[in-house]
Amino acid sequence: MIKLSVNGKAQEIDVDPDTPLLYVLRDDLQLNAAKFGCGLGQCGACTVIVDGEAVFSCLTPVSVLEGREIKTVEGLGSETDPGPLQRAFMEEQAAQCGYCTAGMMMRAQALLQKTTSPSDADIIAFMEPNLCRCGTQHRVLNAVRKAASLMKTAQASPAKQPAAQGAAQ
Amino acid sequence: MRRRSLGSRLLLGVLLTLIVIVVVAVALVFRLPYSEVATPERTAFDAALINKGAQLSAIGNCETCHTAPGGARLAGGRAVDTPFGKIYSTNITPDRATGIGAWSEEAFHRAMREGIGRSGQHLYPAFPYDHFTKLTDDDIKALYAYTMTRTPVKAAAPKNDLKFPYDIRELLVGWNLLYLNSGAYQPDSSKSAEWNRGAYLVEGLAHCGSCHTPRNSFGAEKSDAKFGGGTADNWTAPALNASSPAPTPWDAEHLATYLQTGFDGRHGAPAGPMAEVVHNLSRAAPADIKAMAVYLADVIGPPSAERKAKADALVAKVESAPPEPARDAGLSKGAVVYWGACAQCHEPSRLGVPFALSSTFSLASPHNALHIIIDGIHPPAGEAGPIMPSFAGALTDAQIVDLVKYARSSFSDKPAWANVEDEIRRIKNGDK
Repeated sequence: MIKLSVNGKAQEIDVDPDTPLLYVLRDDLQLNAAKFGCGLGQCGACTVIVDGEAVFSCLTPVSVLEGREIKTVEGLGSETDPGPLQRAFMEEQAAQCGYCTAGMMMRAQALLQKTTSPSDADIIAFMEPNLCRCGTQHRVLNAVRKAASLMKTAQASPAKQPAAQGAAQ
Repeated sequence: MRRRSLGSRLLLGVLLTLIVIVVVAVALVFRLPYSEVATPERTAFDAALINKGAQLSAIGNCETCHTAPGGARLAGGRAVDTPFGKIYSTNITPDRATGIGAWSEEAFHRAMREGIGRSGQHLYPAFPYDHFTKLTDDDIKALYAYTMTRTPVKAAAPKNDLKFPYDIRELLVGWNLLYLNSGAYQPDSSKSAEWNRGAYLVEGLAHCGSCHTPRNSFGAEKSDAKFGGGTADNWTAPALNASSPAPTPWDAEHLATYLQTGFDGRHGAPAGPMAEVVHNLSRAAPADIKAMAVYLADVIGPPSAERKAKADALVAKVESAPPEPARDAGLSKGAVVYWGACAQCHEPSRLGVPFALSSTFSLASPHNALHIIIDGIHPPAGEAGPIMPSFAGALTDAQIVDLVKYARSSFSDKPAWANVEDEIRRIKNGDK
């Protein structure tokens, strides 16, 4: 049995130790945000965060992840309570088919956890490993920029806003 | 007239000899400066000459050394670590104040041929004039045309950080007397034109020996160990002679493919400093790269029948390897990382080179293997080239060490590496 910590939750999986994390996330844990794009670490659709670093889950065998923190898009927020990154992607409509989006978000999250005010050049360089065939790159750039400012102003969730608006009235 | 005595004749002889020695020494040490000239206009040069210079500059790799990481092209400032301290590359853009804008063609020629700057200063052989001296006059002309028509950049290179007495440039007179064989390349009439072209480029402009030949304690290439292997920025530059560690021997065809395209299925992709060399070579004439490959294949020498048979057996073994590991006895930690992280690309007939065919795991030092796994391989932005992801985020240092030890024992016939933990710590600390 292999013990993992995914989005803060302890999980026990019974798979071969060299099984890539991507398959465990999707097949065993039903966390389907991360996608299989190439299986070769060349497209970024499978990107998740391990101990704060963006990694390709298609090339990371689960057994090396025991004792380390794994974060996926599902850990950034929910449909009813989206996190700042998800809010930014929604507001900037930074998705077309959506296949690259989860990977884009996790790499962006890793960047913003390291650098609170990245320049456009920083964002573009950091996001380089993630490919998009539909051409949403510019919107993704806008979304990451917006997410940076959302994280700073701590407007984390639209659920909080109606209460504030009600109070202001 | 009184005849001089033997004693006084001897004294006169000694004095005259001493005077000659002093004059020669002074002449060697105090080289005459060339006057500043007006920076030539682009129109002063024939376009074909500038283009020729561009191709030569790609082979000579000028841009790599003379550009600081993230800095303006050819504006200098890149640190070269030597056993004597740090040397910074100079600005060779045509800026008058901080670059070579005031250099005449004669001054440029002397720098390439003899390692002397415009003002008569001795240049450190971190600038490989001991190789560039082999250039023909015409090629130096073309390089001058190319260099003087680049974008001028105002940027003063940082001062060298050399320990005493290495900061005394005049001592290089001694170094040059011992180690500089100045003069253009002399063709070998017993060899083909292509071989000679390759030799001219490899020994001269491409200065392969600067990295691939071991150096003595004065920092000069050992003439009795040509192409015996060396280092560049702490990366291993493998031997390119009969001691080549390549599991399948190099030949001209594979060398040309590797240098031209940046990947060969039997040897892999260049990484570290060699990756920059090969990227520059993609701008060189294919015939020139082929010529270099022909010459280098001759330097490496054809493999013995025994070595060839061993290599053929290895290739057959690699191509018939089972696609899945035997799981009955369980997998070692290193094997788990290999099969989970590496096999997708590096198993036979996939994208990457099979480990058993890569020199990386047969080298004396684990440095290259570790550094490649940590950094990955990334072409410059917007350029084509092999891609390998960085595994520094996915794998801990201990896991990379397990992987590398497993790969060494499974994919080479060499003894285990002794210092893997130390080496990964050095790389992670940026000790280069």
